[in-house]
Amino acid sequence: MDVVEFNRLRWNCRRGLLENDLVLEKFLERHAESLDDVHLAALNKLLELDDNSLWALLSGRTEYPEGSGSEIYEILALLRAC
Amino acid sequence: MANVGRNTPVRKFDAVVVGAGGAGLRAALQLSEAGLKCAVLSKVFPTRSHTVAAQGGVGASLGNMGEDNWNWHMYDTVKGSDWLGDQDAIEFMVRTAPEVVIELEHFGMPFDRNEDGTIYQRPFGGHSMNFGEKPVQRSCCAADRTGHAMLHALYQRNVRANTQFFVEWMALDLIRDPSGQVLGVTALEMETGEVMVFHARATLFATGGAGRIYTSTTNAFINTGDGLGMAARAGIPLEDMEFWQFHPTGVAGAGVLITEGVRGEGGYLLNKNGERFMERYAPNLKDLASRDVVSRAMATEIKEGRGAGKEGDCVLLKLDHLGAEVIDKRLPGIREIAKKFANVDPVKDPIPVVPTVHYQMGGIPTNYHGEVVVPKNGNANSVVPGFYAAGECGCASVHGANRLGTNSLTDLLVFGKASGDSIIRFLKENPGLKDLPKDAGDRSLSRLARLESQTNGESYAEVAKDMRRTMQMHCGVFRFPDTLAEGVKKIREISDRVTRTEIKDKSKVFNTARIEALELDNLIEVARATMVSADARTESRGAHDRSDHHERDDVNWLKHTLWYKEGDRLDYKPVNLKPLTAESIEPKVRTY
Ligand SMILES: Cc1cc2nc3c(=O)[nH]c(=O)nc-3n(C[C@H](O)[C@H](O)[C@H](O)COP(=O)(O)OP(=O)(O)OC[C@H]3O[C@@H](n4cnc5c(N)ncnc54)[C@H](O)[C@@H]3O)c2cc1C
Repeated sequence: MDVVEFNRLRWNCRRGLLENDLVLEKFLERHAESLDDVHLAALNKLLELDDNSLWALLSGRTEYPEGSGSEIYEILALLRAC
Repeated sequence: MANVGRNTPVRKFDAVVVGAGGAGLRAALQLSEAGLKCAVLSKVFPTRSHTVAAQGGVGASLGNMGEDNWNWHMYDTVKGSDWLGDQDAIEFMVRTAPEVVIELEHFGMPFDRNEDGTIYQRPFGGHSMNFGEKPVQRSCCAADRTGHAMLHALYQRNVRANTQFFVEWMALDLIRDPSGQVLGVTALEMETGEVMVFHARATLFATGGAGRIYTSTTNAFINTGDGLGMAARAGIPLEDMEFWQFHPTGVAGAGVLITEGVRGEGGYLLNKNGERFMERYAPNLKDLASRDVVSRAMATEIKEGRGAGKEGDCVLLKLDHLGAEVIDKRLPGIREIAKKFANVDPVKDPIPVVPTVHYQMGGIPTNYHGEVVVPKNGNANSVVPGFYAAGECGCASVHGANRLGTNSLTDLLVFGKASGDSIIRFLKENPGLKDLPKDAGDRSLSRLARLESQTNGESYAEVAKDMRRTMQMHCGVFRFPDTLAEGVKKIREISDRVTRTEIKDKSKVFNTARIEALELDNLIEVARATMVSADARTESRGAHDRSDHHERDDVNWLKHTLWYKEGDRLDYKPVNLKPLTAESIEPKVRTY
């Protein structure tokens, strides 16, 4: 990931809910450096969700619909562990 | 490098609104629907504004669940404010509240409903019937997504009305001409790193709160008080900044809010002995007493050794007796928050909570029309032409020394709309656009140039951390004269350090380091205003308790603080105890 991509991702992780901020901050610390393109795209897809839906997913209250590529579920698992 | 040339591009608008939370969107809607050319700037996509976090609801005396009226709502708000609220603004807000809530319903807001189709209302701390007799159901909500639903309804409506959104644009500074009139803002486009001037006939700040001056807060990272910083740098004073609301139930350690709705539905607080201690502090409303009363009671329990947890530094919020079904149905999401950030399942175990910084009662001084007012030529409330503020960054002042839950969403709807109406009036009476002053962009450009060229400076992140720690240690619920005085000294030193922050990354596109360094310029103004104002106020009122003056002191302190950046100067102005039509509610001792 180049600097611009990383910066964009970081700003995308600025959310309206502190819950999401806290989880995403931890995630970036732990995993940002090792993200490949496929997983970065998956993460960005999750970040398109509105804050309540995102938090519902991160907290395990809802599940991501079945049938997407495995990388989405892998990213989600990493996020949930943060 | 950012564009620091003299040829900064300029765009012209009738009105520029900085902020796309509830307040900014409500105001913009008023303007666009009136056919005005209105720009709305936001650091993030509008529906990601912090208003999205509001769960508890919006207060209005609709009386859908039994008798209620605006006189009772007014009494609760004045009493809640510990008499520091201006009663003209409070009357205006509570009387207008039902109308703006119904309007929102018509905009498509999916409120919870009663069987007869009216909006369901739930009880909330500090709201009562018959002047404090017993709790009333006044809060209108959309499940646990009130703020989210509000932002979506208002955003859609704005799109329809052709409001022009500038998303991921950060306003940097206010532009005033030599007469003091406000003529717009400078702003940075994150995507390109370019600076542009938004030249406007009227400018409204709706930039939200600044809870991030503290370490422990319920506020999202975005709440950096930008509007307050910009106003302060442009010579506008900040009002009542010593008053910060500590929400009683932030998850210990994380800050994440557990909504008051939990206590509304029957949850209550316990100390380490399992005692329901609020019965001692507020025999009538108990755990549903006003937030400051509950927070002070909790802080007292902890201070006197009855705190729970390993370190004895929290109390416990019990709700297991409500049963899993009620918790899941009426309080969705609470279990997940408790599990994630406190490691407990509240269906079985209580949640460790502490008073946590939540809401800024003070802000940019306005009257109840949303017009910014400052002392000038002997008039304490002289209007600054062309400048407006609404929502959490404004101070009308309806919340005084302590805000009631649900009154903030009421505030942003009422004053968002009112400031929109004021702007429409002002533009009618003042046709034409005054010329920009020659130095319009200078302040911002020199701030950016300083960041570009700074060497041997400190990391902004380190300085920000020290600022937060200092605020947390020196300016909490309990305040001590010596630690406050020391806090003033420290925060001034940190303020100096802020002028020498350095960023390593000097790239142009989406430079988040630059953005955060610029945010710190705003945070530090808010922090200094808070500490200096708190140090001077030798009484205990509303949100805080001062160790050398435990009581409220109406003889000397029934007045609003005004802090000026220049020289950390303090001034004061009287509280307006005269409502518009109702009888004045005279100060008396607060009991719940
Ligand atoms: C967890 C939580 C729960 C709450 N629950 C309730 C509740 O139930 N009921 C209630 O009444 N109140 C509640 N509150 C308080 C209430 O949500 C806020 O006070 C209110 O939403 C603030 O709205 P606002 O429009 O003033 O600002 P925000 O919604 O914070 O919006 C600020 C806007 O300004 C923009 N902005 C800021 N700086 C700049 C800049 N420099 N340039 C461009 N744009 C900028 C941001 O991008 C954003 O769009 C709650 C608060 C929290 C933290």
